[in-house]
Amino acid sequence: MNSPVAHPIHAYPDHHHGHDVGERLYLHRHSPVHAIPAQPKIIASLAFIIVVISTPITNWQAFLAYFAIIIATTQIAQLPLKTVATRSVIEVPFIFFALLMPFFGKGNTIDLGPFTLYENGLLAGVAIVAKGTLGILVAINLSATTTARQLLRGLELLKLPAMMVQIASFMLRYVNVVNDEMERMKVARESRGFQATGIKHWRVLATAASALFIRSYERGERVHLAMLSRGFDGNIPSLENHTPTPRQWLMALALPASALLTFAITSVLR
Amino acid sequence: MTQTSLEIKDLAFAYPDGNQALFGVNLTIAKGERVALLGPNGAGKTTLVMHMNGIHPTAHGSVKISGELVDTANKESLQRIRSKVGIVFQDPDDQLFMPTVGEDVAFGPYNMGLRGAELDAVVDKALAQVGMSEFKTRPPHHLSFGQRRRVAVATVLAMKPEILVLDEPSSNLDPASRRELADILRSLDITMVMVTHDLPYAYELCERSVILSGGIIVADDITHAILTNESLLKTNRLELPVGFSISQRV
Repeated sequence: MNSPVAHPIHAYPDHHHGHDVGERLYLHRHSPVHAIPAQPKIIASLAFIIVVISTPITNWQAFLAYFAIIIATTQIAQLPLKTVATRSVIEVPFIFFALLMPFFGKGNTIDLGPFTLYENGLLAGVAIVAKGTLGILVAINLSATTTARQLLRGLELLKLPAMMVQIASFMLRYVNVVNDEMERMKVARESRGFQATGIKHWRVLATAASALFIRSYERGERVHLAMLSRGFDGNIPSLENHTPTPRQWLMALALPASALLTFAITSVLR
Repeated sequence: MTQTSLEIKDLAFAYPDGNQALFGVNLTIAKGERVALLGPNGAGKTTLVMHMNGIHPTAHGSVKISGELVDTANKESLQRIRSKVGIVFQDPDDQLFMPTVGEDVAFGPYNMGLRGAELDAVVDKALAQVGMSEFKTRPPHHLSFGQRRRVAVATVLAMKPEILVLDEPSSNLDPASRRELADILRSLDITMVMVTHDLPYAYELCERSVILSGGIIVADDITHAILTNESLLKTNRLELPVGFSISQRV
């Protein structure tokens, strides 16, 4: 007989499942990675990337370990590999350039079937693909386990200039409103028989985009008025404050630390 | 002697493009009164409201809030005025810009210098007044339009204003939300100015009405007298809904 499983209490009050525009990357899970506040995760991700890009590509054993580490993190965070793989597709345009690199360069060449590849170009290409993929995977881990709200809060606590945090948080608040407005305009266009099929319709779409821009601009002015009416003087309060525990810092920093350790060991062994 | 919440004298205003919106408005509202500000589109209602808390600087005439002159040059006084005049804007999405309902309600009192437990208490009370306590941690985008309008009222109530100014409070509300909001507004012990085209709503909530038309106050009387004066309504492009009638006797 199945015993009823108590639903775990989530660490954050903004417990939601991420269906909004601006929150689409977040995957709601109750994992240890999700429970860590944003600032250790941001620092850890950044540090991991720094270790990765500092590793020479010729140290290929280290890269194997890096991939293993990041895949393990994905598993601890309970992120489906399929979703992670799908999101990695964003990297494709960058890989495209990396694929061209072996064909250009100087020095030693390798003959591979009909192609003549330059050795240093090949290495540079592989380095871009490997380091880029690792960077993307870390970013996917961060964005899938942290809501955009928490990220902003984390950046604020990490002393990113308040103005930048405010702009980003307004964007987050209004991206839904603007998106709804855009949807309504689209429905209104299509209700009058408009279907964008080709370049000849771009004029209509451009007009709609400019109308949306003007509307958003005017809304910005109205929001500002409403803020002034409530005594706004340049400071936006920040209320909730999740101070990460030392344990959470340790957990987050285990990611770059294990990468650094790998780097050290593989460098010594060579 | 009754205290005066709002006193407007000879207020005139022209926009920078030369378009004159107000031509000498005189309006006095006593403490605790609920007054409907009626008038056709483009009568200058919003412009008048924007003068009440110094968003528009007073070019000619004077505006006083419980005796204090609205002076946009005096920053300290202006901050005080803005805490005394709570404006609920028509589109709640313009008003609710913080990530969660609770933070948005806290925005005004925070600017007034409240912090910590005191701030929390004010936020909780304001949300309770509009029956939205359980939505404190929700993002505004997840709320229905009627709920967002109620939160917008709470954001202003949290500042403990002397006067509550509502711009078209009943617009876009379904009948139940419209009634719920009326119940909330009626429960508040506060001076209220309600800008509206919704004459039955004005009748329900406000004992006194003024009509602003062409930039001046053309009528100022008890709501019953104004709404039963057909020719007055007609000349000012105001109409009662079809089938709605007010008995001639009070």
